[in-house]
Amino acid sequence: MLTLLLILVLAWLFWSGLFTPLLLLMGALSCALTVYMVRRMGYFDTQLFTPRYILRLVGYWGWLFLEVVRASIQVASVVLSPRLPVSPQVIEINAEELELIDQVVLGNSITLTPGTLALDVHDGKLLVHTLTCEGAYALREGEMKRRVASLRGA
Amino acid sequence: MNIAIDIASWVLLTLGGVNLLIGGIGVLRMPDFYTRMHAASLTDSMGAILVILGIMLQAGLSLATVKLGAILAFLLLTSPTAANALAVSALLAGMKPRTGDAVQRTNHEADA
Repeated sequence: MLTLLLILVLAWLFWSGLFTPLLLLMGALSCALTVYMVRRMGYFDTQLFTPRYILRLVGYWGWLFLEVVRASIQVASVVLSPRLPVSPQVIEINAEELELIDQVVLGNSITLTPGTLALDVHDGKLLVHTLTCEGAYALREGEMKRRVASLRGA
Repeated sequence: MNIAIDIASWVLLTLGGVNLLIGGIGVLRMPDFYTRMHAASLTDSMGAILVILGIMLQAGLSLATVKLGAILAFLLLTSPTAANALAVSALLAGMKPRTGDAVQRTNHEADA
C-alpha cells in the first residue's frame, strides 16, 4: 500500500514539475483518493501483481502488439476489398481455469485486437464476436489464452 | 541522422492517418453494429499506436516522450473497457449480432 502511495506521489511530482502549494495539495488529495478507492476495490486483499507477473506482462504486450499489427492489416484488407467479405460469428471461449483477473486480461486483449470483440463474460466463459470466421478459428486455437495462462504459471 | 528520424516519424504518422481513414471507411461500409465496432477498433488500437509513436520520434528523448508513452498505455488499457461497455449495453438492449451467410457457406464447404 505504501509502495503504491510512493509511486503515485513521485509520479505527480515529476510529471507536473510545479511545486506551488495549491498543486501539492491537489496532488496529495488525488493520491489519497486513489489509494482509498483501490483499497475499496479489494486490490490489497490478494497479491495479484507480483514483480515477476509484471515482467512477463511486458513480454506478453510485445506479442500482443505484433498480433494487433497482423489483425489490423487483415481488418483493413477486409474493409478495403470491394466485396466486403465479412463473415461475422459469435463464439464462446472457455476460460474457467483462469483467475478472474486473467479472464479480464484475456477479454481486453481480445477486444484490443481488431476483428475480435469480447461481448460478455459469464461463469468463466467469454462470448466473443469476430468479424470473419478465420478470426474465430484463430481464437479457438487458443494461443492467446495459453499465453495469458502462462503469465501466472510457475 | 535527424532527417532519418524525421522520415521514420513521417512514415509512422502517415500510416497512422491511413489507418484512421480506413477505420472511418470501415465504419461506414460495415453492415451492422458489431461489425462496425470492429472497424472502429482499427482507429483506437493501431491508429493511436502509430500516431503516438510518430509524435514520440518528433519529441525525441525528453519528458514529453515519457508522457506520450503513458498516454498510449492508458489509451490501450481503457479503450477495450469502453468498447466492452458499448458491446454489453448493445447486447442488453437486445441487439442481436447478425451472423452472415458467408459463415454458413464456409461451414458447408468445410463439411463437404
